[in-house]
Amino acid sequence: MTPLAGYLLVAALLFAIGLAGALTRRNAILVLISIELMLNAANLNLIAFWRYGPHPEALTGMMFAIFSIAVAAAEAAVGLGLVISIYRHAHTTDIDLMNRMKG
Amino acid sequence: MEMIFYGLAALTLAGGLAAVLLKNTVHCALALTVAFAGLAFQFLELDAQFAGFAQILVYVGAVAILVVFAILLTRGSETPMDGVFSRTWLAGLAIAAAVFAVLSWAVLGSTRALPGPGGAPAATPTATVMQIGNALMGRYVLPLEIVALLLTAALIGAVIVAMHEKAGSL
Amino acid sequence: MIANLDQIFVLLKQFVIGLLPASWQPAAGVVLCVVAIICVFPALFAITVLLERKGLGRMQNRYGPNRVGIFGILQPVADGIKSLTKEDLVPLSADAVVHFIAPVFLVVVVFMGYAVLPMGRNMTLVHLDAALLFYFAIGASTELSVFMAGWSSRNKYSLLGAMRAVAQMISYEVPLLMSSVAVVMITGSLSLDKIVAAQNQYTWGLPHWYIFTPWGFAGFVMFAIAATAETNRSPFDLPEGESELVAGYFTEYSGFKFAEFFLGEYVGMLSISGLGTTLFLGGWSAPLAVLGWVPSWFWFFSKIMLSMCVYIWLRGTLPRLRQDQLMNFAWKFVLPLTLLNLFVTALWRFMGDGWERWVVCSAILVLAYVVMGRTGMHRDHLGARRYRYAD
Repeated sequence: MTPLAGYLLVAALLFAIGLAGALTRRNAILVLISIELMLNAANLNLIAFWRYGPHPEALTGMMFAIFSIAVAAAEAAVGLGLVISIYRHAHTTDIDLMNRMKG
Repeated sequence: MEMIFYGLAALTLAGGLAAVLLKNTVHCALALTVAFAGLAFQFLELDAQFAGFAQILVYVGAVAILVVFAILLTRGSETPMDGVFSRTWLAGLAIAAAVFAVLSWAVLGSTRALPGPGGAPAATPTATVMQIGNALMGRYVLPLEIVALLLTAALIGAVIVAMHEKAGSL
Repeated sequence: MIANLDQIFVLLKQFVIGLLPASWQPAAGVVLCVVAIICVFPALFAITVLLERKGLGRMQNRYGPNRVGIFGILQPVADGIKSLTKEDLVPLSADAVVHFIAPVFLVVVVFMGYAVLPMGRNMTLVHLDAALLFYFAIGASTELSVFMAGWSSRNKYSLLGAMRAVAQMISYEVPLLMSSVAVVMITGSLSLDKIVAAQNQYTWGLPHWYIFTPWGFAGFVMFAIAATAETNRSPFDLPEGESELVAGYFTEYSGFKFAEFFLGEYVGMLSISGLGTTLFLGGWSAPLAVLGWVPSWFWFFSKIMLSMCVYIWLRGTLPRLRQDQLMNFAWKFVLPLTLLNLFVTALWRFMGDGWERWVVCSAILVLAYVVMGRTGMHRDHLGARRYRYAD
């Protein structure tokens, strides 16, 4: 197994773990944590391809990963703000209980 | 240095697993921080110094704190009565397993097309900060400006969304 | 001979690792440097603690500790023995694992910052291209340890202190970074070695330290304010305010864990003073060209100890800021000034050499400071003091 395949497998496993967390946990914040894990797995993929790809001097993978980090941070901030706002309204963060459009 | 790769991969995956499996939400957030740190070390192992340090600065230094503050503000540290996993947990697990199966089949199946058993290219790529700065100001200046606008919008949006109701009606 | 004195530690290290077989030499060199850092900076911590207690005492018109040893010189030894022999209490409902990890994490992270500081000519542990980014990334991780300490104690006061401390540290992180970016702009590199090398030049015997330029002076003042807030020192020490919150986020810590927090705080102060010295005060370069014969490490460490004295002086003099005053100050005053400083730095660079750039840059900065000071801060209609007596 080449080093690149190793990194890609680690990233795929981390992505799957994040996906499992996002689909199975009840707390809204844990869903956001799992989403962050998925984004990080994608970043690892990008950097691994930059490193072992044909043209690392073009810096494409690195740039993509840096922008991804910035955008993910912004998305985490807005997402957590939304979760806090929902908690103030519904007094719970349990997403299984938020299954109605009313209220 | 295979050992370093396996060690860091184990650390990252352990952190990720702990982040989705633990009952106490704050423990999950701290395990997430361990996963972030493991990823940052993997970036450093891949000679991506700037990305690694940016990962620590942004994720460990800011996003982890943000998650923890959100947990504290929503009283998430108390374990709910009917357990932490939703009723449909088996379906979620099956979907995640299927996704992993497809991805790993794709990776292992295309190993023939990837760089040979030598793996690494002959020279380790240098990504000095000067080159990154030149790229950001040259080829990637449009994404840079758009990300700046996005971050400003996210900042203002997060403040407005999370402000108290009575102050919001001003 | 003088050059040898300057490089004496480098020569010592080369001598010691020369005694080892060739394959062990790189690792042994690194280990030796790390051991040296771990020995030197806690020793400086002991000296600083003694200096602080005596200095604060004198400022408050009393002697400091003077029982243990002549003039209290052995007080740090007594403190160390006390903290090692006190009982280590962990509250029953506390989260034992996180409670244990928090001080250890703080100490580890704080010592990692020393890896990139240039402590003398050729005396940097790791030569990184993105050294400044590394330092700030490491510094951002200390906030997590503060939060872990406060939360794991399961104590309302600890949690309150921890949340205040984290909010304060995050707020002042941005001015800290922005005031350093001005230095990076002028030097053109994030590498601390290059920043010191750029300041190690002399014109008419006076050095090119960045603090002697208008933007450098403003940047240094803002860096110092942000550094004082980052390390939770007076006047920004509400999180650990002894008269307010018992001991803030380390209320439930005793014995050696408390000593670790104490060590972490002071070693962090030394570290960020080291960074401020490197960025603005010229690192290991001498103040006058004629004094170049004095070893470079002597200048670095004396500048750090001078910064410590200023920290202690601030603690003894200024009253504590309230939380909302502190946050107001960070976001509404210091941050806009750092952004303006960036603009002034760019102006400095593009105006070219001459006396005009001094006048223009200084004028912009002074005007901004005066205008923002009078309008930006809510002054609550301060007027002449009116005394109201109980009748």
